Amino acid sequence: MSRARTTQKIAFAALAAITLIVVAPIVLTILYIVFNGLGAISWEFLSQPPRHGMREGGIFPALVGTILLIAGAMLFSLPVGIFAAVYLVEYAQDNFFSRLIKLSIVNLSGIPSIIYGLFGFTVFVVFLRFGTCILSGALTLAIMSLPVIVTTTKEALEAVPRSFREISLSLGATKWQTVRYCVLPHALPGILTGTVLSLSRAAGETAPILFTVAAFYLPRLPRSVFDQVMALPYHLYVISTQVPNMPLPISFATGLVLVVLVFLMNLVSIVLRWHYRKKKQW
Amino acid sequence: MVTSSAVIETVNLNCFFGARHVLKNLNLALRRHEILGIIGPANSGKTTFLRALNRLNGLNPGYSQKGTILLDGQNSQDIGDTALRKKIGIIFALPQVLPISIYQNVAYGPKVHGVARKKMLDEMVENALRKAYLWDEVKDRLLLPAPRLSGGQQQRLCIARTLAVEPEVILYDEPCSGLDPISTAKVEEAMQQLKTLYTQILVTNNTKQASRVSDRCGFFLMGELIELSDTVALFTRPRDQRTDDYVSGRFG
Repeated sequence: MSRARTTQKIAFAALAAITLIVVAPIVLTILYIVFNGLGAISWEFLSQPPRHGMREGGIFPALVGTILLIAGAMLFSLPVGIFAAVYLVEYAQDNFFSRLIKLSIVNLSGIPSIIYGLFGFTVFVVFLRFGTCILSGALTLAIMSLPVIVTTTKEALEAVPRSFREISLSLGATKWQTVRYCVLPHALPGILTGTVLSLSRAAGETAPILFTVAAFYLPRLPRSVFDQVMALPYHLYVISTQVPNMPLPISFATGLVLVVLVFLMNLVSIVLRWHYRKKKQW
Repeated sequence: MVTSSAVIETVNLNCFFGARHVLKNLNLALRRHEILGIIGPANSGKTTFLRALNRLNGLNPGYSQKGTILLDGQNSQDIGDTALRKKIGIIFALPQVLPISIYQNVAYGPKVHGVARKKMLDEMVENALRKAYLWDEVKDRLLLPAPRLSGGQQQRLCIARTLAVEPEVILYDEPCSGLDPISTAKVEEAMQQLKTLYTQILVTNNTKQASRVSDRCGFFLMGELIELSDTVALFTRPRDQRTDDYVSGRFG
Protein backbone atom coordinates (compact mmCIF):
# COMPACT_ATOMS: atom_id res chain seq x y z
CA MET A 1 0.00 0.00 0.00
CA SER A 2 2.60 2.53 1.06
CA ARG A 3 4.88 1.47 -1.76
CA ALA A 4 2.11 2.07 -4.24
CA ARG A 5 1.60 5.49 -2.72
CA THR A 6 5.28 6.35 -3.03
CA THR A 7 5.26 5.27 -6.67
CA GLN A 8 2.26 7.45 -7.25
CA LYS A 9 3.94 10.46 -5.66
CA ILE A 10 7.02 10.05 -7.80
CA ALA A 11 4.90 9.67 -10.92
CA PHE A 12 2.92 12.82 -10.13
CA ALA A 13 6.09 14.78 -9.44
CA ALA A 14 7.60 13.62 -12.73
CA LEU A 15 4.48 14.54 -14.68
CA ALA A 16 4.35 17.96 -13.03
CA ALA A 17 7.99 18.55 -13.91
CA ILE A 18 7.38 17.62 -17.54
CA THR A 19 4.39 19.95 -17.70
CA LEU A 20 6.61 22.71 -16.35
CA ILE A 21 9.13 22.03 -19.11
CA VAL A 22 6.34 22.50 -21.65
CA VAL A 23 5.14 25.78 -20.19
CA ALA A 24 8.46 27.32 -19.16
CA PRO A 25 9.81 28.37 -22.61
CA ILE A 26 6.53 30.07 -23.50
CA VAL A 27 6.32 31.92 -20.22
CA LEU A 28 10.00 32.92 -20.36
CA THR A 29 9.69 34.16 -23.95
CA ILE A 30 6.67 36.26 -23.14
CA LEU A 31 8.28 37.64 -19.98
CA TYR A 32 11.43 38.48 -21.93
CA ILE A 33 9.49 40.32 -24.60
CA VAL A 34 7.38 42.20 -22.07
CA PHE A 35 10.42 43.09 -19.98
CA ASN A 36 12.41 44.43 -22.93
CA GLY A 37 9.58 45.92 -24.95
CA LEU A 38 7.16 47.47 -22.48
CA GLY A 39 9.31 50.54 -21.99
CA ALA A 40 9.07 51.52 -25.65
CA ILE A 41 5.28 51.19 -25.82
CA SER A 42 3.47 54.49 -25.85
CA TRP A 43 0.54 56.07 -27.63
CA GLU A 44 3.01 57.62 -30.09
CA PHE A 45 4.49 54.20 -30.78
CA LEU A 46 1.07 52.84 -31.70
CA SER A 47 -0.21 55.83 -33.62
CA GLN A 48 2.87 57.11 -35.55
CA PRO A 49 4.59 55.77 -38.64
CA PRO A 50 8.24 54.71 -38.38
CA ARG A 51 10.83 57.43 -38.96
CA HIS A 52 14.56 57.78 -39.61
CA GLY A 53 15.07 54.48 -41.37
CA MET A 54 12.60 52.87 -38.97
CA ARG A 55 14.91 53.45 -36.02
CA GLU A 56 12.44 55.83 -34.46
CA GLY A 57 8.72 56.50 -34.47
CA GLY A 58 5.99 53.92 -34.31
CA ILE A 59 4.34 51.01 -36.04
CA PHE A 60 0.94 52.45 -36.93
CA PRO A 61 0.92 51.47 -40.65
CA ALA A 62 2.04 47.92 -39.86
CA LEU A 63 -0.63 47.55 -37.18
CA VAL A 64 -3.34 48.79 -39.53
CA GLY A 65 -2.01 46.54 -42.30
CA THR A 66 -2.15 43.44 -40.15
CA ILE A 67 -5.67 44.21 -38.95
CA LEU A 68 -6.82 44.80 -42.54
CA LEU A 69 -5.23 41.55 -43.70
CA ILE A 70 -6.92 39.55 -40.93
CA ALA A 71 -10.30 41.14 -41.61
CA GLY A 72 -9.89 40.45 -45.32
CA ALA A 73 -8.81 36.87 -44.75
CA MET A 74 -11.80 36.31 -42.47
CA LEU A 75 -14.17 37.72 -45.06
CA PHE A 76 -13.07 35.06 -47.56
CA SER A 77 -12.28 32.07 -45.41
CA LEU A 78 -15.24 32.13 -43.04
CA PRO A 79 -18.10 31.56 -45.51
CA VAL A 80 -16.09 29.27 -47.78
CA GLY A 81 -14.76 27.17 -44.90
CA ILE A 82 -18.09 26.85 -43.11
CA PHE A 83 -20.08 25.98 -46.22
CA ALA A 84 -17.48 23.46 -47.36
CA ALA A 85 -17.63 21.77 -43.96
CA VAL A 86 -21.44 21.77 -43.99
CA TYR A 87 -21.35 20.11 -47.38
CA LEU A 88 -18.81 17.51 -46.30
CA VAL A 89 -20.62 16.59 -43.09
CA GLU A 90 -24.28 16.92 -44.02
CA TYR A 91 -24.54 16.34 -47.74
CA ALA A 92 -21.56 14.52 -49.24
CA GLN A 93 -21.96 10.79 -49.53
CA ASP A 94 -19.36 8.67 -47.88
CA ASN A 95 -17.38 7.36 -50.83
CA PHE A 96 -13.79 7.21 -52.00
CA PHE A 97 -13.89 10.71 -53.46
CA SER A 98 -15.27 12.46 -50.37
CA ARG A 99 -12.86 10.55 -48.15
CA LEU A 100 -10.01 11.67 -50.39
CA ILE A 101 -11.13 15.28 -50.03
CA LYS A 102 -11.36 15.02 -46.25
CA LEU A 103 -7.89 13.49 -46.07
CA SER A 104 -6.47 16.20 -48.33
CA ILE A 105 -7.93 18.94 -46.14
CA VAL A 106 -6.29 17.46 -43.06
CA ASN A 107 -2.99 17.23 -44.93
CA LEU A 108 -3.28 20.79 -46.25
CA SER A 109 -3.06 22.15 -42.71
CA GLY A 110 0.42 20.63 -42.48
CA ILE A 111 1.82 22.41 -45.52
CA PRO A 112 4.54 24.97 -44.66
CA SER A 113 3.30 28.55 -44.87
CA ILE A 114 6.02 29.56 -47.34
CA ILE A 115 4.38 27.20 -49.86
CA TYR A 116 1.11 29.08 -49.42
CA GLY A 117 3.08 32.29 -49.94
CA LEU A 118 4.50 31.04 -53.21
CA PHE A 119 1.11 29.74 -54.30
CA GLY A 120 -0.51 33.10 -53.53
CA PHE A 121 2.24 34.90 -55.40
CA THR A 122 1.85 32.70 -58.48
CA VAL A 123 -1.94 32.72 -58.59
CA PHE A 124 -3.07 36.08 -57.22
CA VAL A 125 -0.11 38.36 -57.87
CA VAL A 126 1.07 37.03 -61.22
CA PHE A 127 -1.65 34.98 -62.89
CA LEU A 128 -4.70 37.01 -61.83
CA ARG A 129 -2.64 40.23 -62.04
CA PHE A 130 -3.79 41.61 -58.69
CA GLY A 131 -0.19 42.63 -58.03
CA THR A 132 1.29 42.72 -54.54
CA CYS A 133 -1.64 44.14 -52.61
CA ILE A 134 -4.01 43.65 -49.71
CA LEU A 135 -6.34 41.51 -51.83
CA SER A 136 -3.59 39.05 -52.76
CA GLY A 137 -2.29 38.89 -49.20
CA ALA A 138 -5.72 38.45 -47.61
CA LEU A 139 -6.62 35.71 -50.10
CA THR A 140 -3.36 33.91 -49.43
CA LEU A 141 -3.91 34.07 -45.66
CA ALA A 142 -7.50 32.93 -46.18
CA ILE A 143 -6.39 29.88 -48.17
CA MET A 144 -3.84 29.09 -45.51
CA SER A 145 -6.42 29.19 -42.71
CA LEU A 146 -9.09 27.29 -44.67
CA PRO A 147 -7.96 23.75 -43.76
CA VAL A 148 -8.11 24.50 -40.04
CA ILE A 149 -11.46 26.27 -40.36
CA VAL A 150 -12.94 23.39 -42.38
CA THR A 151 -11.58 20.81 -39.94
CA THR A 152 -12.81 22.55 -36.78
CA THR A 153 -16.19 23.32 -38.34
CA LYS A 154 -16.46 19.68 -39.41
CA GLU A 155 -15.73 18.57 -35.86
CA ALA A 156 -18.22 21.05 -34.41
CA LEU A 157 -20.92 19.81 -36.79
CA GLU A 158 -20.16 16.17 -36.05
CA ALA A 159 -20.38 16.91 -32.32
CA VAL A 160 -24.05 17.88 -32.70
CA PRO A 161 -25.94 14.73 -31.72
CA ARG A 162 -27.46 12.71 -34.54
CA SER A 163 -30.75 12.73 -32.68
CA PHE A 164 -31.14 16.47 -33.33
CA ARG A 165 -31.16 15.77 -37.05
CA GLU A 166 -33.58 12.88 -36.66
CA ILE A 167 -35.98 14.98 -34.58
CA SER A 168 -35.98 17.72 -37.15
CA LEU A 169 -36.37 15.39 -40.13
CA SER A 170 -39.07 13.36 -38.38
CA LEU A 171 -41.12 16.53 -38.02
CA GLY A 172 -41.05 16.93 -41.77
CA ALA A 173 -38.28 19.50 -42.04
CA THR A 174 -36.17 19.48 -45.18
CA LYS A 175 -32.49 18.68 -45.08
CA TRP A 176 -31.53 22.34 -45.39
CA GLN A 177 -34.00 23.44 -42.68
CA THR A 178 -32.52 20.78 -40.44
CA VAL A 179 -28.99 22.03 -41.03
CA ARG A 180 -29.97 25.68 -40.76
CA TYR A 181 -32.16 25.55 -37.65
CA CYS A 182 -31.19 22.37 -35.84
CA VAL A 183 -27.48 21.79 -36.48
CA LEU A 184 -25.67 25.05 -37.27
CA PRO A 185 -26.89 26.99 -34.21
CA HIS A 186 -25.61 24.27 -31.93
CA ALA A 187 -22.30 24.01 -33.76
CA LEU A 188 -21.69 27.76 -33.90
CA PRO A 189 -19.61 28.11 -30.71
CA GLY A 190 -17.18 25.44 -31.89
CA ILE A 191 -17.03 26.96 -35.35
CA LEU A 192 -16.29 30.44 -34.01
CA THR A 193 -13.57 29.28 -31.63
CA GLY A 194 -11.82 27.31 -34.37
CA THR A 195 -12.07 30.16 -36.81
CA VAL A 196 -10.69 32.78 -34.46
CA LEU A 197 -7.84 30.53 -33.43
CA SER A 198 -6.86 29.79 -37.02
CA LEU A 199 -7.00 33.49 -37.95
CA SER A 200 -4.95 34.46 -34.94
CA ARG A 201 -2.31 32.10 -36.20
CA ALA A 202 -2.53 33.72 -39.62
CA ALA A 203 -2.00 37.13 -37.97
CA GLY A 204 1.52 36.16 -36.99
CA GLU A 205 2.58 34.55 -40.25
CA THR A 206 5.30 36.20 -42.29
CA ALA A 207 5.86 33.82 -45.18
CA PRO A 208 2.42 34.02 -46.85
CA ILE A 209 2.52 37.84 -46.95
CA LEU A 210 6.17 38.11 -47.92
CA PHE A 211 5.62 38.05 -51.70
CA THR A 212 1.95 38.90 -51.82
CA VAL A 213 1.42 42.14 -49.92
CA ALA A 214 3.99 43.22 -47.37
CA ALA A 215 5.81 46.50 -47.97
CA PHE A 216 9.33 47.05 -46.64
CA TYR A 217 8.61 50.66 -45.73
CA LEU A 218 5.35 52.42 -46.57
CA PRO A 219 4.35 55.02 -44.02
CA ARG A 220 1.07 56.12 -45.67
CA LEU A 221 -2.10 54.12 -45.23
CA PRO A 222 -3.63 52.13 -48.12
CA ARG A 223 -6.45 53.68 -50.12
CA SER A 224 -7.83 50.54 -51.77
CA VAL A 225 -7.46 46.75 -51.64
CA PHE A 226 -5.03 47.05 -54.53
CA ASP A 227 -2.49 48.93 -52.38
CA GLN A 228 0.43 47.43 -50.55
CA VAL A 229 0.62 47.66 -46.77
CA MET A 230 3.14 47.05 -44.06
CA ALA A 231 2.37 44.18 -41.72
CA LEU A 232 3.57 43.54 -38.18
CA PRO A 233 5.32 40.16 -38.63
CA TYR A 234 7.19 41.30 -41.71
CA HIS A 235 8.02 44.67 -40.18
CA LEU A 236 9.45 42.86 -37.19
CA TYR A 237 11.55 40.69 -39.49
CA VAL A 238 12.78 43.74 -41.36
CA ILE A 239 13.76 45.82 -38.34
CA SER A 240 15.37 42.84 -36.63
CA THR A 241 17.54 41.73 -39.53
CA GLN A 242 17.73 44.38 -42.23
CA VAL A 243 18.23 47.62 -40.31
CA PRO A 244 21.68 48.19 -38.82
CA ASN A 245 21.94 49.85 -35.39
CA MET A 246 18.27 49.19 -34.66
CA PRO A 247 17.39 50.12 -31.08
CA LEU A 248 16.39 46.84 -29.45
CA PRO A 249 13.43 48.13 -27.39
CA ILE A 250 11.56 49.04 -30.59
CA SER A 251 11.97 45.49 -31.94
CA PHE A 252 10.77 44.02 -28.69
CA ALA A 253 7.88 46.45 -28.46
CA THR A 254 6.79 45.50 -31.99
CA GLY A 255 6.91 41.85 -31.00
CA LEU A 256 4.94 42.64 -27.86
CA VAL A 257 2.19 44.36 -29.86
CA LEU A 258 1.95 41.33 -32.15
CA VAL A 259 1.74 38.95 -29.20
CA VAL A 260 -0.93 41.08 -27.54
CA LEU A 261 -2.91 41.20 -30.80
CA VAL A 262 -2.89 37.41 -31.07
CA PHE A 263 -3.69 37.08 -27.39
CA LEU A 264 -6.68 39.41 -27.75
CA MET A 265 -8.03 37.29 -30.60
CA ASN A 266 -7.64 34.14 -28.54
CA LEU A 267 -9.33 35.92 -25.67
CA VAL A 268 -12.30 36.64 -27.91
CA SER A 269 -12.53 32.96 -28.74
CA ILE A 270 -12.28 31.98 -25.07
CA VAL A 271 -15.03 34.42 -24.11
CA LEU A 272 -17.23 33.18 -26.95
CA ARG A 273 -16.77 29.58 -25.91
CA TRP A 274 -17.44 30.38 -22.28
CA HIS A 275 -20.54 32.35 -23.17
CA TYR A 276 -22.01 29.55 -25.28
CA ARG A 277 -21.03 26.76 -22.93
CA LYS A 278 -23.24 28.31 -20.28
CA LYS A 279 -26.16 27.92 -22.65
CA LYS A 280 -25.23 24.46 -23.86
CA GLN A 281 -27.69 21.88 -22.66
CA TRP A 282 -26.75 18.47 -23.90
CA MET B 1 -60.54 12.46 -45.45
CA VAL B 2 -60.31 9.03 -46.99
CA THR B 3 -62.87 6.68 -45.55
CA SER B 4 -60.90 3.50 -46.11
CA SER B 5 -60.36 1.71 -42.84
CA ALA B 6 -56.67 1.01 -43.37
CA VAL B 7 -54.60 4.10 -42.66
CA ILE B 8 -51.35 2.33 -43.36
CA GLU B 9 -50.96 -0.96 -45.13
CA THR B 10 -47.73 -2.77 -45.78
CA VAL B 11 -47.58 -5.31 -48.60
CA ASN B 12 -44.69 -7.77 -48.55
CA LEU B 13 -42.46 -5.27 -46.81
CA ASN B 14 -38.83 -6.41 -46.52
CA CYS B 15 -36.11 -4.34 -44.89
CA PHE B 16 -32.37 -4.87 -45.10
CA PHE B 17 -29.39 -3.29 -43.39
CA GLY B 18 -26.60 -4.32 -45.72
CA ALA B 19 -26.99 -8.07 -46.01
CA ARG B 20 -28.97 -8.38 -42.77
CA HIS B 21 -32.63 -9.19 -43.46
CA VAL B 22 -34.27 -7.30 -40.63
CA LEU B 23 -37.93 -7.37 -41.58
CA LYS B 24 -39.40 -10.27 -43.53
CA ASN B 25 -42.52 -10.19 -45.70
CA LEU B 26 -44.55 -7.98 -43.48
CA ASN B 27 -48.24 -7.69 -44.35
CA LEU B 28 -50.06 -5.52 -41.89
CA ALA B 29 -53.01 -3.13 -42.02
CA LEU B 30 -53.44 -0.35 -39.51
CA ARG B 31 -57.05 0.58 -38.69
CA ARG B 32 -58.07 4.20 -38.25
CA HIS B 33 -57.98 5.49 -34.66
CA GLU B 34 -56.69 2.30 -33.16
CA ILE B 35 -53.69 1.84 -30.93
CA LEU B 36 -51.67 -1.00 -32.36
CA GLY B 37 -49.26 -2.53 -29.89
CA ILE B 38 -46.09 -4.17 -31.20
CA ILE B 39 -44.24 -6.48 -28.85
CA GLY B 40 -41.27 -8.76 -29.31
CA PRO B 41 -37.75 -9.31 -28.05
CA ALA B 42 -34.77 -7.15 -29.02
CA ASN B 43 -33.70 -7.33 -32.68
CA SER B 44 -37.08 -8.52 -33.82
CA GLY B 45 -37.50 -5.63 -36.24
CA LYS B 46 -40.00 -3.54 -34.27
CA THR B 47 -38.08 -0.28 -34.48
CA THR B 48 -37.11 -0.92 -38.10
CA PHE B 49 -40.82 -1.32 -38.86
CA LEU B 50 -41.65 2.06 -37.31
CA ARG B 51 -38.75 3.82 -38.96
CA ALA B 52 -39.67 2.29 -42.31
CA LEU B 53 -43.11 3.89 -42.03
CA ASN B 54 -41.77 7.45 -41.78
CA ARG B 55 -38.67 6.67 -43.81
CA LEU B 56 -36.05 7.37 -41.16
CA ASN B 57 -34.26 4.10 -41.92
CA GLY B 58 -32.97 5.64 -45.12
CA LEU B 59 -30.68 7.88 -43.06
CA ASN B 60 -28.51 4.84 -42.36
CA PRO B 61 -26.11 4.03 -45.17
CA GLY B 62 -26.63 0.53 -46.49
CA TYR B 63 -30.35 0.40 -45.83
CA SER B 64 -32.64 -0.99 -48.51
CA GLN B 65 -36.26 -1.93 -48.67
CA LYS B 66 -38.61 -3.96 -50.87
CA GLY B 67 -42.35 -4.09 -50.95
CA THR B 68 -45.06 -1.48 -50.73
CA ILE B 69 -46.31 0.81 -48.00
CA LEU B 70 -49.74 2.32 -48.62
CA LEU B 71 -50.78 5.46 -46.79
CA ASP B 72 -54.53 6.08 -47.03
CA GLY B 73 -54.53 3.76 -50.03
CA GLN B 74 -51.81 5.75 -51.81
CA ASN B 75 -48.40 4.28 -52.50
CA SER B 76 -46.14 6.08 -50.04
CA GLN B 77 -43.40 6.07 -52.68
CA ASP B 78 -45.36 8.83 -54.42
CA ILE B 79 -45.27 11.05 -51.34
CA GLY B 80 -42.24 13.23 -50.66
CA ASP B 81 -40.13 12.75 -47.53
CA THR B 82 -41.28 15.92 -45.81
CA ALA B 83 -44.99 15.44 -46.58
CA LEU B 84 -44.84 11.81 -45.46
CA ARG B 85 -43.07 12.60 -42.21
CA LYS B 86 -45.49 15.43 -41.49
CA LYS B 87 -48.32 12.87 -41.71
CA ILE B 88 -46.52 10.19 -39.70
CA GLY B 89 -44.89 11.51 -36.54
CA ILE B 90 -42.58 9.55 -34.29
CA ILE B 91 -41.75 9.61 -30.57
CA PHE B 92 -38.30 8.20 -29.84
CA ALA B 93 -37.27 5.84 -27.09
CA LEU B 94 -35.47 8.31 -24.87
CA PRO B 95 -37.10 11.70 -24.48
CA GLN B 96 -35.26 13.70 -27.08
CA VAL B 97 -35.89 17.40 -26.69
CA LEU B 98 -33.85 20.02 -28.46
CA PRO B 99 -31.72 22.22 -26.18
CA ILE B 100 -33.99 25.20 -26.75
CA SER B 101 -37.03 26.48 -24.88
CA ILE B 102 -40.21 24.49 -24.33
CA TYR B 103 -42.04 26.88 -26.62
CA GLN B 104 -39.42 26.62 -29.36
CA ASN B 105 -39.47 22.83 -29.22
CA VAL B 106 -43.17 22.72 -29.98
CA ALA B 107 -43.08 25.61 -32.44
CA TYR B 108 -40.23 24.05 -34.44
CA GLY B 109 -42.51 21.83 -36.56
CA PRO B 110 -45.07 24.48 -37.49
CA LYS B 111 -42.24 26.92 -38.24
CA VAL B 112 -40.52 24.66 -40.75
CA HIS B 113 -43.91 24.14 -42.36
CA GLY B 114 -44.23 27.85 -42.91
CA VAL B 115 -46.30 29.14 -39.99
CA ALA B 116 -44.74 32.50 -39.19
CA ARG B 117 -47.45 34.51 -37.41
CA LYS B 118 -46.73 34.73 -33.70
CA LYS B 119 -50.39 34.58 -32.69
CA MET B 120 -51.02 31.46 -34.73
CA LEU B 121 -47.87 29.82 -33.39
CA ASP B 122 -48.89 30.63 -29.81
CA GLU B 123 -52.22 28.99 -30.43
CA MET B 124 -50.72 25.88 -32.01
CA VAL B 125 -48.20 25.50 -29.19
CA GLU B 126 -50.90 25.79 -26.54
CA ASN B 127 -53.16 23.33 -28.36
CA ALA B 128 -50.43 20.78 -28.76
CA LEU B 129 -49.33 21.08 -25.13
CA ARG B 130 -52.92 20.70 -23.93
CA LYS B 131 -53.43 17.59 -26.02
CA ALA B 132 -50.24 16.10 -24.58
CA TYR B 133 -51.40 16.87 -21.03
CA LEU B 134 -48.45 19.13 -20.37
CA TRP B 135 -49.99 22.60 -20.63
CA ASP B 136 -50.91 23.02 -16.96
CA GLU B 137 -47.43 22.01 -15.85
CA VAL B 138 -45.51 24.34 -18.16
CA LYS B 139 -47.80 27.24 -19.08
CA ASP B 140 -45.96 29.64 -16.75
CA ARG B 141 -42.49 28.73 -17.96
CA LEU B 142 -42.71 28.21 -21.69
CA LEU B 143 -39.37 29.96 -22.19
CA LEU B 144 -37.51 27.62 -19.87
CA PRO B 145 -34.95 25.38 -21.62
CA ALA B 146 -36.71 22.09 -22.37
CA PRO B 147 -33.94 19.88 -20.93
CA ARG B 148 -34.81 21.23 -17.45
CA LEU B 149 -38.09 19.31 -17.49
CA SER B 150 -38.34 15.88 -15.90
CA GLY B 151 -38.06 12.80 -18.09
CA GLY B 152 -41.81 12.22 -18.20
CA GLN B 153 -42.51 15.86 -18.99
CA GLN B 154 -39.87 15.78 -21.71
CA GLN B 155 -41.52 12.76 -23.30
CA ARG B 156 -44.91 14.48 -23.27
CA LEU B 157 -43.20 17.54 -24.74
CA CYS B 158 -41.99 15.29 -27.56
CA ILE B 159 -45.58 14.15 -28.07
CA ALA B 160 -46.73 17.78 -28.13
CA ARG B 161 -43.99 18.59 -30.64
CA THR B 162 -45.23 15.82 -32.91
CA LEU B 163 -48.88 16.85 -32.46
CA ALA B 164 -48.03 20.42 -33.44
CA VAL B 165 -47.43 19.39 -37.06
CA GLU B 166 -50.88 17.78 -37.13
CA PRO B 167 -50.02 14.23 -38.15
CA GLU B 168 -52.45 11.42 -38.90
CA VAL B 169 -50.40 8.65 -37.40
CA ILE B 170 -48.16 8.73 -34.33
CA LEU B 171 -45.48 6.12 -33.87
CA TYR B 172 -44.10 5.44 -30.40
CA ASP B 173 -40.75 3.67 -30.19
CA GLU B 174 -40.62 2.35 -26.62
CA PRO B 175 -41.72 5.74 -25.33
CA CYS B 176 -41.59 4.83 -21.66
CA SER B 177 -38.38 2.84 -21.51
CA GLY B 178 -36.65 5.58 -19.52
CA LEU B 179 -39.60 6.67 -17.39
CA ASP B 180 -40.85 5.90 -13.90
CA PRO B 181 -44.29 4.30 -13.42
CA ILE B 182 -46.10 7.58 -12.74
CA SER B 183 -44.67 9.33 -15.79
CA THR B 184 -45.46 6.18 -17.77
CA ALA B 185 -49.07 6.34 -16.61
CA LYS B 186 -49.28 9.97 -17.76
CA VAL B 187 -47.92 9.14 -21.20
CA GLU B 188 -50.37 6.23 -21.48
CA GLU B 189 -53.23 8.47 -20.43
CA ALA B 190 -52.27 10.98 -23.10
CA MET B 191 -52.27 8.16 -25.67
CA GLN B 192 -55.77 7.08 -24.65
CA GLN B 193 -57.07 10.63 -25.01
CA LEU B 194 -55.44 11.02 -28.42
CA LYS B 195 -57.24 7.95 -29.75
CA THR B 196 -60.22 9.91 -30.93
CA LEU B 197 -58.05 12.01 -33.23
CA TYR B 198 -55.07 9.92 -34.26
CA THR B 199 -54.02 6.44 -35.24
CA GLN B 200 -51.17 5.24 -33.06
CA ILE B 201 -48.60 2.45 -33.09
CA LEU B 202 -46.89 1.60 -29.83
CA VAL B 203 -43.70 -0.42 -29.93
CA THR B 204 -42.82 -1.57 -26.46
CA ASN B 205 -40.62 -4.00 -24.59
CA ASN B 206 -43.10 -3.95 -21.79
CA THR B 207 -45.79 -6.54 -22.58
CA LYS B 208 -47.94 -5.29 -19.70
CA GLN B 209 -47.98 -1.84 -21.25
CA ALA B 210 -49.10 -3.28 -24.57
CA SER B 211 -51.90 -5.18 -22.87
CA ARG B 212 -53.01 -2.03 -20.99
CA VAL B 213 -52.92 0.43 -23.84
CA SER B 214 -53.41 -1.26 -27.21
CA ASP B 215 -56.56 -2.35 -29.03
CA ARG B 216 -54.81 -4.85 -31.22
CA CYS B 217 -51.39 -6.26 -30.69
CA GLY B 218 -48.77 -7.84 -32.93
CA PHE B 219 -45.90 -10.09 -31.92
CA PHE B 220 -42.62 -9.77 -33.85
CA LEU B 221 -39.90 -12.38 -33.68
CA MET B 222 -36.66 -12.23 -35.68
CA GLY B 223 -38.12 -9.97 -38.31
CA GLU B 224 -41.40 -11.81 -38.76
CA LEU B 225 -44.88 -10.90 -37.66
CA ILE B 226 -45.84 -14.10 -35.83
CA GLU B 227 -49.30 -13.13 -34.78
CA LEU B 228 -51.62 -10.14 -34.88
CA SER B 229 -54.97 -10.09 -33.13
CA ASP B 230 -57.13 -8.28 -30.61
CA THR B 231 -55.03 -7.50 -27.56
CA VAL B 232 -57.21 -9.49 -25.20
CA ALA B 233 -57.11 -12.50 -27.47
CA LEU B 234 -53.36 -12.27 -27.99
CA PHE B 235 -52.69 -12.24 -24.29
CA THR B 236 -55.30 -14.79 -23.19
CA ARG B 237 -55.43 -17.33 -26.00
CA PRO B 238 -52.51 -16.82 -28.39
CA ARG B 239 -52.68 -18.97 -31.51
CA ASP B 240 -48.95 -19.51 -31.85
CA GLN B 241 -46.84 -21.36 -29.33
CA ARG B 242 -44.04 -18.77 -29.61
CA THR B 243 -46.42 -15.92 -28.79
CA ASP B 244 -47.66 -17.90 -25.82
CA ASP B 245 -44.11 -18.43 -24.60
CA TYR B 246 -43.30 -14.74 -24.97
CA VAL B 247 -46.36 -13.20 -23.36
CA SER B 248 -46.28 -15.66 -20.48
CA GLY B 249 -42.64 -14.74 -19.90
CA ARG B 250 -41.03 -18.06 -20.79
CA PHE B 251 -38.46 -16.27 -22.96
CA GLY B 252 -37.43 -12.81 -24.11
